Amino acid sequence: MSNDSSTSPQISEVGADTISSQRKNLGRGLVITASILLVSLTLAQIFFSAGIISFGFENWRPVLYAYLVWSAALCASQVIINGESGKRALFVLPAVLFTIAMVVFPTIFGVLIAFTNWNLSAFDPPKLNGLDNLRQLWSDHTFWNALRNMVFYVLSILGQYVLAFSLALLLNADIKARKFFRISFLLPFMLSPVAVSWMIGKSLMAPQYGPMVQLMQNFGWADPVFFPASWVAVLFIILMDAWVWIPFIMILLLAGLQALSKEIQEAAKVDGASEWQSFWQITFPLMLPVSITAIVLRIIFQLKLADLVINTTSGGPGGTTDTISSFIFREYRERSNVGYGTMIAEVYLIIIVIFVTLLLKFVSRWMQHENNQ
Amino acid sequence: MTTAESERPTFSFVSSRILIYMALLLWAFICLFPIYWTVSTSFKTAVNVTQGDIIPWVGQFQPNWKGWRSLGLSPDTIFQTSTVREEFLLRFRNSILVSTGGSLLAIVIGALAAYGLSRFNYKFGPWRNKDISFFFLSQLILPPVVMAMPFLVLFKELDFLDNVFGLIAVYTLTVLPIVIWIMRDQFDTIPIELEQAALVDGCTVWSAFLRIILPIALPGIVAAFILAFVLCWNEYFFASLLTSTYAKTLPVMVASQTGSQGISWWSMAALSTTAIAPLIFIGVFLEKYIVKGLTAGAVK
Repeated sequence: MSNDSSTSPQISEVGADTISSQRKNLGRGLVITASILLVSLTLAQIFFSAGIISFGFENWRPVLYAYLVWSAALCASQVIINGESGKRALFVLPAVLFTIAMVVFPTIFGVLIAFTNWNLSAFDPPKLNGLDNLRQLWSDHTFWNALRNMVFYVLSILGQYVLAFSLALLLNADIKARKFFRISFLLPFMLSPVAVSWMIGKSLMAPQYGPMVQLMQNFGWADPVFFPASWVAVLFIILMDAWVWIPFIMILLLAGLQALSKEIQEAAKVDGASEWQSFWQITFPLMLPVSITAIVLRIIFQLKLADLVINTTSGGPGGTTDTISSFIFREYRERSNVGYGTMIAEVYLIIIVIFVTLLLKFVSRWMQHENNQ
Repeated sequence: MTTAESERPTFSFVSSRILIYMALLLWAFICLFPIYWTVSTSFKTAVNVTQGDIIPWVGQFQPNWKGWRSLGLSPDTIFQTSTVREEFLLRFRNSILVSTGGSLLAIVIGALAAYGLSRFNYKFGPWRNKDISFFFLSQLILPPVVMAMPFLVLFKELDFLDNVFGLIAVYTLTVLPIVIWIMRDQFDTIPIELEQAALVDGCTVWSAFLRIILPIALPGIVAAFILAFVLCWNEYFFASLLTSTYAKTLPVMVASQTGSQGISWWSMAALSTTAIAPLIFIGVFLEKYIVKGLTAGAVK
């Protein structure tokens, strides 16, 4: 991300090997052969599935194997052609080739699907329908509602941050049984969202028997129903989400607190600053970089929020608790609307990329401003 | 009575201590109660559920194996054949297979890439180290929904639907940025002089990496592996869309039970307990590594 503190890698080039032109040709020949194999296999399979030629494979898996062979040939040829620096390229190549294969092809498919009227339950084969999906999206209230919910869900991170900071301060205080508290505070983060949805969303807040209901009745709320009223439902999703994610922020902040030098805080104490003053004037400003890292990471994760909503309320009642992800999930699952769902996903991706880019720009600008003061 | 106290703690000190411990205990209760509730519900019967009993052996709540029996995991059914247990064990095995496979693959290619990015200056056309790092880390932003349908199409063509290997590939992709992030942080802390000395002694870059750096970086590798494992174990979105019968994982099984009519609380609780048990084990015994993984790169 932005704090890619241009770490200048330092292992210097050793003297370039002398590589014979024969060896270079061998390397090039290897790549070219593998490329021809991959391309011809892909073309053959395209023609076969388009019905132009009659022979081909049952599925596309041979093309995948050809890609693997091509990748291996590319890696080998790097070493053959470039010698020492090829061996260095070998470190990143597998990850790069894997990511490209897993991201590029699906992205191309995604864009294609997004402009079709593909519905799994329809009899007709999918057809390109131009901008129809976009038009439908523009007038889809559920989508706009889900987008508005995302704003609330993202804003709730500030509340989580405040709580997490207090907890981190408590854990950083001179206390007994710190390990016990640290582990208990961390546990919610590790549990699977699906299980959490059941444990809290469906069981603890169960309409009639759940202990939460009984607790509320003790406080004088005669007939608490957690999920029917829409804002209450959103609030409870936010609380559950906080339960899961506060540990994440807390752990980052605790690490930051432990890295602070004790001397500065001691000096403040000697100067007669109260706890409150020394927190706001010393601890908090020093914790700013860690805080921002934690919040930015948390926002990025929050934009993917889906499991909790799908499994607790499945977006209900009437789509009021929907996140974009859970909305698209229902579009796929319940209405089999593959084309439209994918269009929403692509639009959402564009919104996210713009939002995160602006956020990172804003944060780095602001941090520079703070540092200059 | 001890009279040795030379300094009596002041009133404000004592009261602030009490407040701190009360706050800590309150939050520990909030964190642990849902877990306790789930485990205890798995030993309840219908009466206990409707009564909202909380503490065992108090009042009507006599622990009962009913929930575990329905999974075929209670003491009296564990040696009998049980189709539910077969199903559960298959899901459990799938979860382990997929989480381990995905994390391992991500660790292998991620650690290599992280090492390369931390040590060498790359130049692929206009791409420098910074661009390559950004390329990997930017995958973190990608929400699963964007990839879901394209993967469905791709996997259908590749005959990878409902296939453990397909899921492993997807999970590798999702945890790869996190692994690279943690491992690069880890390699950056290892002094470069170690390899330089090895290179002078005639090692190649690869043997220096494998023999000298890898053992030192082991704590970081373990941390990255455990964090990746937990994330894969909990993954629900892709698993529910890309698997149907054979390769279904545990979270999908748990989720499919909640949807059914008239949930039997006790068996649901037993199932949830088994789904979270490995995570609680990891949390209690390997907490150090989780924290190390999470905080990598955050605190400079």
